[in-house]
Order: sequence, then structure tokens, then C-alpha cells
Amino acid sequence: MLEDFNFRVILEYMPLYLQCFLATIWLSAASLLGAILVGTIACAMRLSQSRAISRIAGIYIESIRSTPLLAQLYFFYFGLPSLGLMLPEWVTGIIALTLNSGAYYAEIIRAGIQAIPFGQIEAGISSGLSYFQRMRFIILPQALGMTIRPMLGQAIVLVKDSSLLSLISIVELTRAGQLLTSDRFMPAEGFLTTAAFYLIIYYMLKGFSSWSEKRLIFREAH
Amino acid sequence: MWGFYFNELMRSLPFFYKGLWMTVAVSGLSLIAGTIIGFIWGIMRASGSKILRSIIGAWVDLIRGTPFLVQVFIIFFILPSAGIELEAFPAAVIALSNLAACFICEIVAGGILAVPSGQREAATASGLSAYHQLRYIILPQALRTILPPLVGQFVLIVKDSSVVSAIGVVDITRVGWLTVQRIPEGLMVFGLVGILYFVICYPLINFSNFLERRMTVVSTRL
Repeated sequence: MLEDFNFRVILEYMPLYLQCFLATIWLSAASLLGAILVGTIACAMRLSQSRAISRIAGIYIESIRSTPLLAQLYFFYFGLPSLGLMLPEWVTGIIALTLNSGAYYAEIIRAGIQAIPFGQIEAGISSGLSYFQRMRFIILPQALGMTIRPMLGQAIVLVKDSSLLSLISIVELTRAGQLLTSDRFMPAEGFLTTAAFYLIIYYMLKGFSSWSEKRLIFREAH
Repeated sequence: MWGFYFNELMRSLPFFYKGLWMTVAVSGLSLIAGTIIGFIWGIMRASGSKILRSIIGAWVDLIRGTPFLVQVFIIFFILPSAGIELEAFPAAVIALSNLAACFICEIVAGGILAVPSGQREAATASGLSAYHQLRYIILPQALRTILPPLVGQFVLIVKDSSVVSAIGVVDITRVGWLTVQRIPEGLMVFGLVGILYFVICYPLINFSNFLERRMTVVSTRL
């Protein structure tokens, strides 16, 4: 199967792969920042006292979680133009990824906040701390320590999900594999190289995840 | 124009039902195969020999570290060069079963390892064979931890099945993609696609949450 695996072609296409590798990284990084922002807002809305606001955030989170990313991506890709919004593909891609991961981040942050014992919040209230002080000094530092691992897990999912952007003809890692397949009829070389690049990101994030967890537990113990 | 397109869409509903059926078939078959293989791998990962454990662990890492789209392409485009010609449908089921097995393997292994080791020791002391230990002592208790995330995993499989539309399996997403070429109202067409996925996934998500609540109550009572 792989006896005539052609490393020369991979070397020849290496500049394209590196360029696409960077494209995948910046597309994922931009979506990740957006998703954490959207997730924080959606979580705050979900936990809001007002039932209407909480309900809106709930509808957003549930409908994202119950439908596949690819359907959401096509929804924006084919849907926005019919609203008269002509955006470049990469903007559509980042919007879809951001809104998709945002819903998952909202749930992760909510789980982290709700895991904090209510007694601590009561203690904060009786010490005369304001809402923002309680958030800043009691809830968030602890929630961050508890959620760092699922957050990085979702970041890994986000990087992998960015491969779907190749289906709306954004040039990133998976697209590079497709190009090598269609130019030279070399799917093995094309997609295995693509997979290797994704594995680099995966192992880096995974290593960072276990490292950060050790660090955070270390800090909490003191 | 909306009314006209809406009528057109309603007339192509049978097409969508066929896609729905295809999504159910692909994800259903993969769920069954993935659950069986996942349980076998998970049991081996929790209790097999060291070599076996690290082989399964490395495989699971490879699958979790690469995007599902790339895995589908590898199976669909590369296996034929090894002499294994696959239609789109079996290729999709193989890829999705493997993905499901890898995730379920981790869930099962985690559930088994969460059973207190005293239980296994007591079973050994009572003279139960390895099979009987697993069948009557370990698995029934592990199932309580395994079941809620397992059902949650089913949701992910249904959603991931949308990716196989990229190799031409005519599932809901593919039907939406084909329809939007004819009815250029992306919001409407993919709104319908989203609703169809929602109908499958939302009850499953709620069932998973229900199981989680129920299982937690049982374990705290004990």
C-alpha cells in the first residue's frame, strides 16, 4: 500500500503545507478567542435572574449543541448571501466556528461556576464584597482552575473542527491534502501529511493541558 | 419569493426524509459496531496486558488527534490503493464506527477504573473467575458511570455523521447541500436541515442529562 510512498512530493509541497498549517492555526486561534468571549457572555446570560434573557441563551446553546457544525457552517455559507451579506469565506468560517464553540464554552464555564460551593458565595456576601468583587476574587479564580482542562479539550475539538472549513473552499490543512490529491492523484501522501500536522497541534495542546493542570493544582495547594 | 421557495422546499420533503433515513442508518450502524468494539477495547485498556494497553492508547490518541474529515478521506481515498475498493456508504460506516469505538473505549475504561479496587479483590478472594468478576461485579457497577456519557457520545456520533456527506453519502446535510443549489434560500434549507438533526439529538441530550441526574442520586444514596 505504502511501498511507493513519495516523500519527494511531500517535500515539494512542504511550503504549501506550512502556509496551510499557519492558516489552520490562525483561523482556530481567532475562533477560539471569539468563542471564549461569546461563551462568557452566553453563560452570564444563562445564569441571569431574568427568565427571558436566560431563555434566549438557553435556546442558543441547545440549538447549537443539537445540530452538527457542518450544517451550521452551510447555514451561514448559503444563508448569509440570501440576506444580502456577502462575506469572504474565511469570515463565514470564523463566524460559524465561533458561534459553535461558544455554546460549548458557555456550558464549560457554567459548570465551573456552579461547582463552587454556595457557602463561599454567602461568605463573600457577608464579608461585604460586591458582585464583581466576588466574581473577581472568589468565583473566577477557582472556576478557571477547574475548567482549564475541559477548555483546552474544547480547543482541541475546535482545531479539528476547523478542517470542515475546507468544504467551503478555505485553504487550510485539509484543503492542502485535497489539493495534493487532485493535482497529483496522491491521496496517501496528501492526507497522511495533513494528519501529521494536526497531530502536532493535538500533542502540543494535550501536553499543555496536563502541564497546566499540574501547575494550577500546585498553586491551589499553597 | 419566500413563499414560492417555501412551497418548493415542501415539495422536496420526501428527499429530506430519505436523507434523514440515511443519517439514521449510518449513525445507527456505527453506534452498534462502535459500542461493541468500544466495550471490548475499553475492557482490554482497563485490564489487559501492558503492550495491549499502550497499543490501544496510541490508536485512540491518533484518532482523537486528527479531524474526522481527514479520517474519512484517508479511508475513502487511500484504502483503494491498497486494493480495498469501498463504496461511500461502507467507508462512512467504517470511519464512524472506528471513531465511536475510540471514544467509547475511553469512557468504558474510565468507568471500570472508577470501581473501587476492593471490589475486585473481594471477588478474587471469593474465587470468581476473571470473566465472572467482570460480568457480575465490575461491569454492573461501572455501567452507572459509563451510561450517561455513553448516551452523550451517541449525540456526537449523529452529529459527526454529517461529515460523511463530504464523500457523497446522501445524508441530511448532503440533501440540504443539493437542495440549496436549486432553492437558493440557505437560511430556509439549512434551517430545515438543522430542525431534522435537532429532532434526533435533542431528546438524546435530555436522556443523557436525565441518566446523569438519576445515576448520581443512586450513587450518593449508597
